[in-house]
Amino acid sequence: MTSGSRRRLRVVEPGPSTTVQDRGRHGCAHLGVPRSGWLDAAAATLANRLVGNPEDCAVLECLLGGLVLSTDTALTVAVTGADTPVRVGSRPVAHGAAVSLGAGQSFSLGRAVHGARSYVAVSGGVRVEPVLGSRSTDTLSGLGPPRLVAGAVLPVGPALGLPADSSAVGRPQAGPVVLRCRLGPRDDWFTAEALATLGSTVYVVQPDSDRVAIRLDGPPLVRADPRELPSEGLVLGAVQVPADGLPLVFLNDHPTTGGYPVVAVVDEEDLGRCAHLLPGDQVRFTPVGGARGERAPDRSR
Amino acid sequence: MSGPEPRRHLRGARRPVQRVVPVGERALLAEVGSVEDATAVYVAVRALDLEVAEVVPAARTVLFDGVADREQLSRLLLGLDLPVAGVPPTPAAGTVVEVPTRYDGADLPDVAEAWDMTLAEVVRTHTETAFVVAFCGFAPGFAYCTGLPPERAVPRLDTPRPRVPAGSVGLAGEFTGVYPTASPGGWRLVGRTDLTLWDPSASEPAVLAPGTQVRFVAVER
Repeated sequence: MTSGSRRRLRVVEPGPSTTVQDRGRHGCAHLGVPRSGWLDAAAATLANRLVGNPEDCAVLECLLGGLVLSTDTALTVAVTGADTPVRVGSRPVAHGAAVSLGAGQSFSLGRAVHGARSYVAVSGGVRVEPVLGSRSTDTLSGLGPPRLVAGAVLPVGPALGLPADSSAVGRPQAGPVVLRCRLGPRDDWFTAEALATLGSTVYVVQPDSDRVAIRLDGPPLVRADPRELPSEGLVLGAVQVPADGLPLVFLNDHPTTGGYPVVAVVDEEDLGRCAHLLPGDQVRFTPVGGARGERAPDRSR
Repeated sequence: MSGPEPRRHLRGARRPVQRVVPVGERALLAEVGSVEDATAVYVAVRALDLEVAEVVPAARTVLFDGVADREQLSRLLLGLDLPVAGVPPTPAAGTVVEVPTRYDGADLPDVAEAWDMTLAEVVRTHTETAFVVAFCGFAPGFAYCTGLPPERAVPRLDTPRPRVPAGSVGLAGEFTGVYPTASPGGWRLVGRTDLTLWDPSASEPAVLAPGTQVRFVAVER
């Protein structure tokens, strides 16, 4: 086996936006540190399993394909998530399966044809220097490694296990994305009509959507309570409604606090689908499990 | 200070958490009546060994995310006793962080006008105030420090500056903050410090973490 120190990937072309991602930064939200981390956890952890890595190794998150890498040593890679043509040199290889690269070979992702973000795992994991316990690029605060640029060299760890077979590899599905959500904590700041609108509208993803938030267009949600909300902590998947009434869904690079009411929170299981939303895509919310009924008794008088 | 009169419970104690609201599948939001209570609840619960991934204090709330048992935590929060109002929150550590500050900020004259004071009186008021970090936000290590009375609140700039240098000391609303890194910003700048406030490679990356006591000390250079 090759020594760990010589294993690395060279970035020939980064594509529109490729970042290093792992599970993200945890336990530092009280210091204003966003969680960051991969947007589609199922796809990213699958890519790691396919190359024989523990699930938490850092991978590359590639928006819309266009990534070209080369290697000086033999490595195993796998691509999951958004469906893109995958090539070793000019030879097409499988998406969602372990692929062996020889020394000097290049590896490329074509344009994504289905979904938005592909995940590239490499045997041994991407071993850039961790910051606050994570190798993730945080596009909001700038923590972690920068976005990939042409010429960048990414250290790769020693191979950790045997590649797994590629059974049960899921692909992003077509059609309007339905996001199940729980109402609250600030659903009572909105009119009953606004809550009905939230559950019945087909929203359209806006072009300024990114790793921080999916921004949506549709009928504005009307507030019942016009007060200014003092800043409060935000969770992943929070559906926040800024002054213009158009909801946004916070993703992994979300700020830790915000000063607009959060009407609902998207279920964790459905958040991975947000990784594959592109401008013009349609989104619906389905409120489940009435949060109002679960509230602790109001002790204020 | 601001906020409703706390409900008396035990002699010398009161329960600051007014309501606990579920957030999504795994989080709880505890509502309190004032920013001082938010800090106090945060400091009190950090001392307990809770099965919670994140505890995020803010202006009138404390968020608990990644909660193992929401029912149990909700009961604990609603029953939490704190000393009576007026007693400053227990600091996370007994030490006071001193922030050496050159009071030469571009907005110092505006603050003096808002406070109806001379520049020297502004500096004296600010350096004589015992601050506590209530919460962090906006950027990693950016601390919202409380301690100034409500009548000293100043509005943010109408148009934020595109770049505020690291170490800038600013006022906004009831808060004083120090920019840990250069960023855009709308706080009214009163001075600048050379103290390094944010070092992600350190074991304690933020010098001004929630609950920390802070004093600003005037220096010439």
